Amino acid sequence: MLLRRKKPDALQGTLDLLVLKILSRGPHHGYGIAADIESISDDILRVEEGSLYPALRRMEHCGWIRAQWQTTSNNRRARVYSLTRAGETQLAEQRDKWTRLSKGVSKVLRFA
Amino acid sequence: MGAIRRLLNSFSASDDAFDEEARFHLEQRTNEYIRNGMSPSDARRAAIARFGNVTAAKERSRDADVFRWLDDARRDCGYGLRMLWRTPGFTVLAILCLTLGIGANAAVFSWIEGILLRPFPLVVDQDRLFAVTGTMRGTPGHTDVSWPDWIDLQRSSTLVDAFIAEKITGTTLSVGDRAERAPGSIVSANYFEAIGVRPMLGRGFTSAEESGRNAHPVTVVSYQAWQDRFHGDPAIIGKTQMLNGLPHTIVGVAPKGFFGTFVGYAFQFWVPASMQPQFNAGVYKLEDRDARWIEGFVRLKPGVTLQQAEAELSGTMTRLERDYPDTNRGRGVRLSPLWQTPFNNAGAMVPTLGIALVVVLSVLLIACANVGNLLLVRAFARQQELTIRLSIGAGRSRLIRQLLTEAMMLSACAAVGGIVIANALRDALAFLTPPRGGTVLRLPGELDWRVLAASAAVCVVATLLFALMPAIVTSRIDLAGALRSHSGAVSGSRRAARLRSALVTVQIALSLVLLVGAGLLIKSFLGIRMANPGFATSGVLTTSVDAFTAGYNVQRARTFQDELIERVRAISGVTSAAFSTITPFSYASTASAPIAVDGYVPPTDQQPSADYNTVGPDYFTTMGIPIVAGRAFTAADEQGAAPVAIVDQTMAELFWRGGDPVGRRLRVKDRWLLVVGVARAIKSRNFMEGREPYFYVPLRQNPAPVVALQIQTPLGPAALRPSLVREMRALDANIAPGELITMREFVDRTTAPQRIALTMLIVFGVIAVVLAAVGLYGVMAATVAQSSRQLALRIALGAETADVVRLVMRNGLTVTIAGIVVGAVAAFETTRLLGYLLYDVSPVDPLVFGGAVAVVVAAAGAACVIPALRATRTDPLQALR
Repeated sequence: MLLRRKKPDALQGTLDLLVLKILSRGPHHGYGIAADIESISDDILRVEEGSLYPALRRMEHCGWIRAQWQTTSNNRRARVYSLTRAGETQLAEQRDKWTRLSKGVSKVLRFA
Repeated sequence: MGAIRRLLNSFSASDDAFDEEARFHLEQRTNEYIRNGMSPSDARRAAIARFGNVTAAKERSRDADVFRWLDDARRDCGYGLRMLWRTPGFTVLAILCLTLGIGANAAVFSWIEGILLRPFPLVVDQDRLFAVTGTMRGTPGHTDVSWPDWIDLQRSSTLVDAFIAEKITGTTLSVGDRAERAPGSIVSANYFEAIGVRPMLGRGFTSAEESGRNAHPVTVVSYQAWQDRFHGDPAIIGKTQMLNGLPHTIVGVAPKGFFGTFVGYAFQFWVPASMQPQFNAGVYKLEDRDARWIEGFVRLKPGVTLQQAEAELSGTMTRLERDYPDTNRGRGVRLSPLWQTPFNNAGAMVPTLGIALVVVLSVLLIACANVGNLLLVRAFARQQELTIRLSIGAGRSRLIRQLLTEAMMLSACAAVGGIVIANALRDALAFLTPPRGGTVLRLPGELDWRVLAASAAVCVVATLLFALMPAIVTSRIDLAGALRSHSGAVSGSRRAARLRSALVTVQIALSLVLLVGAGLLIKSFLGIRMANPGFATSGVLTTSVDAFTAGYNVQRARTFQDELIERVRAISGVTSAAFSTITPFSYASTASAPIAVDGYVPPTDQQPSADYNTVGPDYFTTMGIPIVAGRAFTAADEQGAAPVAIVDQTMAELFWRGGDPVGRRLRVKDRWLLVVGVARAIKSRNFMEGREPYFYVPLRQNPAPVVALQIQTPLGPAALRPSLVREMRALDANIAPGELITMREFVDRTTAPQRIALTMLIVFGVIAVVLAAVGLYGVMAATVAQSSRQLALRIALGAETADVVRLVMRNGLTVTIAGIVVGAVAAFETTRLLGYLLYDVSPVDPLVFGGAVAVVVAAAGAACVIPALRATRTDPLQALR
């Protein structure tokens, strides 16, 4: 019980979803994940490094992603993350949850 | 699996790895900014700014690490240390209590390890060693094993690694005018090899050296003997040492710290089996299947169980029974673990150590209850601190952990102190056990890693015992209520009070048990002091005279004894003197022989036997044993005269059923003896023995070269010794008397087990009562302090002093009575353990129980009176504030 798994709250959940989605396209290092999220969202979403790395650690502990040291094209050692089977399930779940949530939110917005 | 992965993860996420990852990230970001047109230095600065506080990120990403847990533990320790430092009185008291509890346990553990579990220093694989004894179908108890049987067992065994045969023996070595008994051992030739002990000089024995009658007078001496007698002479190998009158060539010196394989003695020499006759008065037993003398061990092969090995050996014994029915009918063998070895002192120490274990566990529980109480008192004082910690966000489990950490620090200190105490007490058992025949017993404690581990376990268990409940109770704080006021309206305090009362009840109960135990032993001890063994214990001295070692044969020894007894009688102050082969109450195995009596038909499957003593003419006068019928032995009961015997009253009643045995016949072994007298019955071995038949035969008709000498004289041993030595020297300069002591002392030595148990119970019983009284006092004082407002109200409303005292005392006495009831029931159940030590006292002696209860009540009363009196001085105005 030393290392109790914490339940991710809603905000963390969003970052998790984005990270999982990026990794579902293939392994990537931390910087690459942040850069991808930013460029795909046209810089609407900005990932705080201070949140990203703790999130990566946590997801690693939860067994959704795994990390490996690899050598990049310009010969630098980088920690590369990839999705695990559990991570794929997690991605599907969180995507459903997000879809439901955003559907709900937009319905309310439309109504008001 | 999950836990392991997480653990690995936490290590892979250690600081270095994170730094490298962060560096990589910063580099990438910097490059990006440069690509966007920033200058490298600006890009770098911007990247760092954006990354944010690296350490903060590191902290957060480390959230789930083991390191955090370790960090917390370190912080808890630091905090605990400060808290303990701030209350030195509490800390010292708690550590002392626990040191006592843990130390006493560690000491007893070390004795159990050193005497029972691994009793033989330097001997390898002691957990695979088992003692071998013989059995006789239909007869309880054990016998030794004959050499031919031993060899046959060895030949046909596949499950046994090594057969280690030995027999304790001894020789008399003269040191100045003092004859000193040196214990030694006759061993099989494989001995040193089999037990894995390599002599530090020279060699062990060779296989040829275990055959032939007295054919190989060689010996290995102990390190101590080498130092004491040969001054550590490096060229000792090849020199000779006289052993039992025969020069033996020293072929080896045993390593330092090796004492042989016999619980209780430090052996000084070893001789091979071929020298057996030399040490058994010339009787050659190596080819005699009917001579059972070996007390051996087997070391089983790894993985073989006692049952498997015993089954195999029993199979061999069944075959031998078929092959040699004359000698082996009904004979078997039995294996016992070392701690149950029947032929050395292990067996005798088991019950004593069992009692010791119960006593020290009680003491530990009492100490725990006491420290638990102290913790609760302190928790009361720390309520505010804990409340604040709780209100600024510490979890309750965090608080409990903090409290347990502090407790652990206390018991860790105590454990260290306890080990120091145990180390100091290593030789306490030997100290409490009197020497036997002048040889100091070796009963050491062993502080090896197993004992340390067991003590550490006790320390942890103790911590949980005394700290867990208080921690849980203390941490159960009602935040809102506690913050509102700190004036004493602290919730949880009632639960704490109840817990404290329960702890005191336990203490009182346990101290009552110990007191009852101590009381029973004291009463039994007084009984023994007053008991009459049937022979005189004052005005009689006893010593030993060994002519055999000095090289005398039986005939010459007889002449020597005749001359010596005349000289001893002539010493001024000596009224009478006599030889005997056995001194009553001696540890030497008593002589026993099958007997038959004219006109007495025993049940068909029984062979009656009786213990006997071989005594000189004046024995009965000297020992103060009255002859109730017939006559005593005289000088006329000579070799050649008609063989005679004297029986004791018990034997007369048993075998002649009220008739007069004088003039009747008694067959001993194969010889018919004429009964010439009846002696009053005595206790021959110890006070606890029942009435058993006993008889005497005259020494002059049954000569023995090694005898005890009893002297009736008003002189003390110190006064008589010089003249005794002078008279013996005048006859032979090589013979000196053994230890010369009073019969009283001799008898008292048999009460060693009682004395050990008594010492322990008195010491710990008193400590227990004091601790319990202190605990009760603490509870009462706290109760009075907490209920001061209520008391003030009562006083304001007109309660008299007597009413207040009664009110407070009633509280205390309720706890006391609860403790006494629990304790009495527990004592009822446990005092049976003492049964074998008790002389003429019932384990549920009402007087002893009553006395113990009185002591507890008195202590409890004293502990309650002071708080009660303080309560009467409560200021009634308090009720108004």
